Order: sequence, then structure tokens, then C-alpha cells
Amino acid sequence: MKCTVCKGPAVIDLRRHNANFCPEHFTKFCRDQVAKAIGDHDMIAPGQRVLVAVSGGKDSLALWDLLVTLGYEAEGMTIGLGIGDYSEASTAAAVAFAEPRGLPLRRIDLRADYGYDIPTAAAVTRRVPCSSCGMSKRHLIDAAALDGGFDVVATGHNLDDEAAVLLGNVLHWQTEYLGRQVPVLPARDGFPRKVKPLVRLSERETAAYCVLRGIDYIVEECPMAAGNRHLRYKEALNSIEAGSPGTKHAFYFEFLAKAAGHFQPEAAEAQGGLTACARCGAPTTGEVCAFCRLVERVEGAEPVPVELVRSGRRR
Amino acid sequence: MRVLLRNPRRELDLSGPVTVSALLARLELNRESVLVIRGDTLVPGDAVLADDDVVEIRPVISGGAA
Repeated sequence: MKCTVCKGPAVIDLRRHNANFCPEHFTKFCRDQVAKAIGDHDMIAPGQRVLVAVSGGKDSLALWDLLVTLGYEAEGMTIGLGIGDYSEASTAAAVAFAEPRGLPLRRIDLRADYGYDIPTAAAVTRRVPCSSCGMSKRHLIDAAALDGGFDVVATGHNLDDEAAVLLGNVLHWQTEYLGRQVPVLPARDGFPRKVKPLVRLSERETAAYCVLRGIDYIVEECPMAAGNRHLRYKEALNSIEAGSPGTKHAFYFEFLAKAAGHFQPEAAEAQGGLTACARCGAPTTGEVCAFCRLVERVEGAEPVPVELVRSGRRR
Repeated sequence: MRVLLRNPRRELDLSGPVTVSALLARLELNRESVLVIRGDTLVPGDAVLADDDVVEIRPVISGGAA
């Protein structure tokens, strides 16, 4: 198999692009796709400061590397979630990426800084771990971006992430969520601007980018996410993609072009009526925001080992 | 050849030569969901894996629900 560009030996075939690439031209392909996403959606203006949400996985590390390579001033932020060995390895991967490159990495640890971890939060709230995990990350990254004077927050959501979320929102006709499922969320009171520069890359492509760039990322799946609905949607879409290359791209980008706008008035209406949290000042629909309520609820709770919480069920 | 699989981590000993595509089909793995790595680099679908190769089949699907 030969590289479509230079005719040298190819290391990866991308059937949805009907193309094969050598390492050099695959990394260029990834840079070009990210540059196109940033340009097409006016994600980041030259000179803006970017805060990259870094998990230590393939997507966030690829994103950080790509943004720096493209010349953006990108600082990382990682959150220790307290999910046993998985969280320790994730943080270690983020540090191992940042330090030799001299990149600034902000670190927060839920247990040390806020007195809880995700397994304990899941057990106390009796909700799926991804619920308190996602909410905690959004709250802390938003706060860090606003406090740090960043112009934009970049997250590593890729094409598979967006297609899977879209499938879930369509299957359940979550019309409010459909209106917010766009690659750029503009800044508004209490929220920083958020962008998803990897939306044109599949997760097979971001993983391949890391391998070819020598980026060590955490390969193991989060033990709390195993078997969740989001992963099942991804598997279903990949089964379709295997027979019809390009389906995921068409599903998501045709949605953006033809349908997302229809749902945005409802999403905008649902975002109204926010007030400042009485404790931390973050936007909230009640008197106290969800993050502060969670911190209060888990205060003093005995730490729950990760082994006792799996896929949203406490054994 | 020795094949390393992840999540859960395990190893298989299989006979070669075989193409990457045929190996994935034999293991009933979707090529959209994995990368195949030999040494420190990727190998495409038509690459032939020899009897004495050591390859990693790395899953690429990840992510929580939030």
C-alpha cells in the first residue's frame, strides 16, 4: 500500500477519505483537518490564549500537540478524578507529555482540593459516575478558564464522540441538546468560549496520530465508563462505518449544515434564567450550583474504592 | 505470531503469514475500532504479518457519557 501523496510506503489507510498515508503525510493530514475545523468554524483567532482540557488520553494529547504545532498558545489543565490506578496513569501521561516539551500544565486533584473523588460521588449520589465526572470537569475547567483570563477552552471531542452523542440525542429526541451540539459554544455570562478542533478527525485517526508522533497516552479505558451507552453507540456507528465509509462524517456534518439551526432557539431558551451561585458565583438555575451541592453532599463521606462502583452500579 | 490485545489485556499465539485485514477478520474485530502496531509503527490493512512478528491490536474507542 502506497502513500496517496508521495507514493512511499503507507502505514495507514483511511477508507472514508479513499486515501493511504505515510507517517509524514498522515501527520500533515491531521494538522490540515484541525486547521480546517478551526478556520471553518472561527474557533480560535490568532494570538488568543487557549486552555486545553487534558485527560492523558489520545484525543486531548493529540489536540494539545496539534494546537502547539499550529502555533497556538495552548496551556493544559488536568484534573485528578480519583478513579484508582486509571487516574494516576492519566495524570502521569499528561505530565509526561507536558514536561519535556516545556508546556504549562495546570493540575487540580478532586480529593486533595475538594474532598471527594468520582467513585465516592457516584456512590453518594447514586447516579452513574459519568454524571458527576462530567459535571465536575466542566465546572472546574470553566472556572479555571475565566479566572486565568483564557480566551477559549479547547476540548478533545472527536468525530466519533460527536456522532455518538448525536445518535443518542436523536434516538431520544433530546431537542434541547441537539441545539447545543455544535463545534463552538460562544462565551456568555459565567461560561468561557468552548471549541472542539478535532471534530474532523475520527478517534482511530487521533490514536494513529499519537502513535506516529511518539505520544504516550493512556490506552486503558476508564473503568467507570466500561459498557456505558455512549460506547455502545460508538460501536454501532463503527459497524455501519465499516460497510459504508464516511457515514459518521456525513451524519454529523450534514446535521450541522441542515438541522442544528432548527433546534437552537429551544436550546437558547433553555439556557436563560441563570443566576450566580450563592457560594462560588458560577451560573446556575437554582440558588446553589450543582458542583457546590455535590461538594456539600459528599463532604465527610467515607471514600468508596473504585472496585465497588462499575458502570453506574454499586456492587 | 504473538498478538497483544487490550481491554482486557491478553496475548494470543497465531500462525502466519496473514494480512492485517485477515487477522482482524479472524478475530472478529472491526478495523474502524482498532489500530495494528508492529514494533513502534502502524501497519495498514494489506500488510503481511509473519510467523515471528509481535503485533499489538490497540482499541481506539474511548470516552465517558458526559
